[in-house]
Amino acid sequence: MTLYVKDRQIVIPGDPIGEQGKFSIEGHVYRVNKKFFSKVLGVVYIDPDRKIVRVIPLKGKYIPVEGHRVVGKVVEVGLTNWIVDINSPYEAILPVSEVTSKPVNISRNELAKILDEGDLILAKVVSFDYTKDPVISIKESKLGKIPKGSLVEISPQKVARIIGRKGSMVSLIEEMLGVRLIVGQNGRIVVVGDDPLKEEIAVLAIKKIEAEAHITGLTDRIREFIESRLRE
Amino acid sequence: MTKAKNVKLIDENGRRTDGRLPDEMRPLRVETGVLKNADGSAYVELGNNKVVAAVYGPREVTPRHEALSDRALLRCRYAMLPFSVADRKSPQPTRREIELSKVIREALAPAIFLNEYPRTAIDVFINVLEADGGTRTASIIAASVALADAGIAMRDLVAAIAVGKIGDILVLDINGLEDQYGDGDMPIAMMPKVGEITLIQADGVYSPQEVEQAVAMASRAIKRIYEEQVKALKSKYEAVRLEVGKDE
Repeated sequence: MTLYVKDRQIVIPGDPIGEQGKFSIEGHVYRVNKKFFSKVLGVVYIDPDRKIVRVIPLKGKYIPVEGHRVVGKVVEVGLTNWIVDINSPYEAILPVSEVTSKPVNISRNELAKILDEGDLILAKVVSFDYTKDPVISIKESKLGKIPKGSLVEISPQKVARIIGRKGSMVSLIEEMLGVRLIVGQNGRIVVVGDDPLKEEIAVLAIKKIEAEAHITGLTDRIREFIESRLRE
Repeated sequence: MTKAKNVKLIDENGRRTDGRLPDEMRPLRVETGVLKNADGSAYVELGNNKVVAAVYGPREVTPRHEALSDRALLRCRYAMLPFSVADRKSPQPTRREIELSKVIREALAPAIFLNEYPRTAIDVFINVLEADGGTRTASIIAASVALADAGIAMRDLVAAIAVGKIGDILVLDINGLEDQYGDGDMPIAMMPKVGEITLIQADGVYSPQEVEQAVAMASRAIKRIYEEQVKALKSKYEAVRLEVGKDE
């Protein structure tokens, strides 16, 4: 075997992960000759079935990726577009053409009537290539303005754990508490529920997932946590 | 250079003013995540030196025209707080602080994958709470841990230590007194895993053999510093694991 790490091991920048061989090494790593090293403070996940070793960072900023769904905050209303904060070093641009297919007469229809500063939206990253700011869209179904709910901000790297395997964690929380989760890949999650108490428990559960994301047996702990909270 | 000849830095037993042997380091303590609002932070105690480093970013560059289209802008600010030395230091940045900011930036830059974050800024703020010789090395130790804590992509951590000279003897990790009355000071920063030097400065006169010896001495110490840095970075997450009581 040409691996220097164990499953769920915490690695720091410069730690050797493995050599090219049976396993394909992915994620936040860099290569020198045939050896792979970690680039970040992260956790190693080894998938022995698919022969994949992945280094996932524990912390870090959100870097937009085409196709990601993100929760954004409108920060500026321009003449032909909106500037949206997506919790990233890069501010996103939402052009009018990505909001409505109807022709908008700018002189008469103020853009602020459609989306105003401070509005929360669920959007999709349409394009991003580092040279220009990312362009987002809300033209698809299910995308658009988020009218209500509690916003939770977590580290973007932990979103995968919130979603769980094939959305198992999200559906666990949704079913147990009767709430709906709007999950953005950029680390913003909106909890929508009728009962404020259940909404709060969901927020706490998300925070717990964030803190303990690198430890196995997470789903069981979250189920216990929600059960004990519900009994109170 | 005026020098007080009556200051004895090494006694008959070969011990230094604070009781250390020539190749002994001062006690080092590294902590991460000490600041909540910063993306990454670290606190370092190297003997009497106390240093806090905070990292913000990658984030938007202000003013905008300073942004670089192909890589991140790394900005460092090293500052000694007014109460960090015996006489009050004016809070205004001195020439020395401006130079050290540059030196620290250049010691850190080779370790960071700056090209992964084009058009952004990575800000490193270093504040010296207490100074006693070798604050630049303590600052580099703190800053590189803070950068890793912020989740920034790096080739390796950077660790640093100074080698000094008293008479003909090379001493490791000189303190304020030895810096003032000694015969030389050579701060060295390295990427320990990669094995490359990112900073080497020197004042004083050294023979080629002495330089070689100094680098060897420093790299031994840097391996130990590196272990402390690793421990500090991992401990926070290991603590959560222990709390949950789940072992692999």
